[in-house]
Amino acid sequence: MSTMYEVLPGPEHFLPPAAASMGVRLPDPGQAHIHGKIVNEDEAMEVAARQFLSAKVPTIFPGPLVLWAWNEKAAKKATAIRHLYETIKESVSPSQQAMLIPMPDYRPKYPKINPEIEINPNHPNLTIWHNKIDACMFVGVHCHQANLSLKIIRGGTYCYTMAMCAQAGHEDAMVSFRDATADKIMRLADWVKKLKGSVEPPKD
Amino acid sequence: MATQSLVGTKNRSGQVVTDPWKMMHEAERSPCFFTGSEVIKEAIRRANCDVMIAYPITPQSEAAALIGELFAEGFIGDYFRGESEFAVMSQCAGAAFGGARVFTTTAGPGTMRAMENFPMWAGARLPIQMIVTCRGINSPLSIQPDTLEISYLLNTGMLVWHAETAQDFYDWILKGYMVSEEPDVHLPLALCCDGFFVTHTKDVVNLTPADMCLPPYDPYRSPVPCMDMECPPVRMMRDPFVMKSNYISYATHASWQQEVWAAVERSRKHAIRWLDGLIEVDRPDAEILIVSSGTAVSQGREAQALLEEDGIEVGIVKVKTLRPWPEEEIRQATKNAKHIIVPEFNVTGWLAKEIRATIPDADRVYAGPHVCGGMTMPPEVIAADIKKHLGIKAESLAGRGS
Repeated sequence: MSTMYEVLPGPEHFLPPAAASMGVRLPDPGQAHIHGKIVNEDEAMEVAARQFLSAKVPTIFPGPLVLWAWNEKAAKKATAIRHLYETIKESVSPSQQAMLIPMPDYRPKYPKINPEIEINPNHPNLTIWHNKIDACMFVGVHCHQANLSLKIIRGGTYCYTMAMCAQAGHEDAMVSFRDATADKIMRLADWVKKLKGSVEPPKD
Repeated sequence: MATQSLVGTKNRSGQVVTDPWKMMHEAERSPCFFTGSEVIKEAIRRANCDVMIAYPITPQSEAAALIGELFAEGFIGDYFRGESEFAVMSQCAGAAFGGARVFTTTAGPGTMRAMENFPMWAGARLPIQMIVTCRGINSPLSIQPDTLEISYLLNTGMLVWHAETAQDFYDWILKGYMVSEEPDVHLPLALCCDGFFVTHTKDVVNLTPADMCLPPYDPYRSPVPCMDMECPPVRMMRDPFVMKSNYISYATHASWQQEVWAAVERSRKHAIRWLDGLIEVDRPDAEILIVSSGTAVSQGREAQALLEEDGIEVGIVKVKTLRPWPEEEIRQATKNAKHIIVPEFNVTGWLAKEIRATIPDADRVYAGPHVCGGMTMPPEVIAADIKKHLGIKAESLAGRGS
């Protein structure tokens, strides 16, 4: 199915559609997507780095697949994510606030969640509203849970969403990478470093 | 992919774990003359399956019993009989939640009895494969071929494929696991055939070598955590969002449902690659097209040959997958057709309804002929209906016994 549908920051709709149902297709290995269009990975790297550098609250949401050292790869990715976060923090102006908010598991947190310190697929919009997050990246979140959150965020907030997926990627993010490795995360950190100072910080 | 690293190693029964694309497309095939039930057994022998759960109901009982032989031979990790079809499907869910590659078979009233489980499987993203050997479901009882039960499966969130022949069956069982276990898909597959016509008749089927098998299922690629009792989807009824009454819990549930159907859509790309397209078209330029699925396609081919003798050219569109629905492919294939004939082995004509909802100028669709309750569909009946539809006088098969 061909599509004119673009995956853009919201608020989009009371119940926005899943991008896959609107004809958006996932990239093949070596590719990424921006707003639902397939691009080469470097193009998406640059766009992701610019989003981090131009956001008021650039945020990384690491999920359970990288928060727990359940294998060597996970531990390496966690180190790379920390490095990406530190790089963003060092590269933005003092008026910008880089954040690293974990999604440790997917347990329902009713009757209450503290949206200051964690994100949960059942409450993604609350976390983003509460912290005024305008650009975020999901990494190490199980694909199904990531898609739920990405779609709810797109439906109800203006946040620019990105996904660094270890599998096939996420159509419901505005920028998505696939087959994520520690090296790929480090490459993104290199892009942030490379573009430091060349991206205008957000206006108040 | 972690399982790729196992290629070349041996599984528990001594078969060589083989790159699935090479196994299905490049490995030497040997012809055999088997029933559809025997073919199911031979496919599962090569599927590196962990668990098969069985319950007797005609016409799938023979296949279920034959897979018991595979268990005795060491090709299946575990095999047992459930207490009912509902129990079987629930047990399949348990095994799949635990990270096993699961296989089961059912038919007719068994499918209906187990129905509650199918949207649950899909919602829980469990890539279970279920063979559905279609038969009558209504009262008075019929054990004969009838495809009405497929229509009930179409909105469960499962992938639904409809095999025409035993060869389809053999290939699609193995390819089905490759599609449904993709992490962006990760959904159950209902692989349907017309009971008896496929299960109990013999046909020549080309088999891949018996000493080759698929790579094992890798549950760590699942899009949901494997058997985490604290998180949905395993945490079903304690206090997940489904049990709460507020906007975000409803929105999360809605988003969950959308994600299941998004996964059905994502299967399209993989199914196109593995099945060589979601439809198969013969003579796309014909003004008259027979569009059908299952053994109705075979009968359509026979009708095509009969009509050709009378100088009437007819094309055939074989619909392989019902979910994902080949909407764009059908639109393209039928764009020049003036008459679209949809023969079906069920009383409601669900396939014709799907096609009518898909194409422009839906009055081109002639829903029929229909047979059900075990009746055969002689090609002469399809040919006669087409002639009648075109305003050509045709002999009727009715009253042959008089």
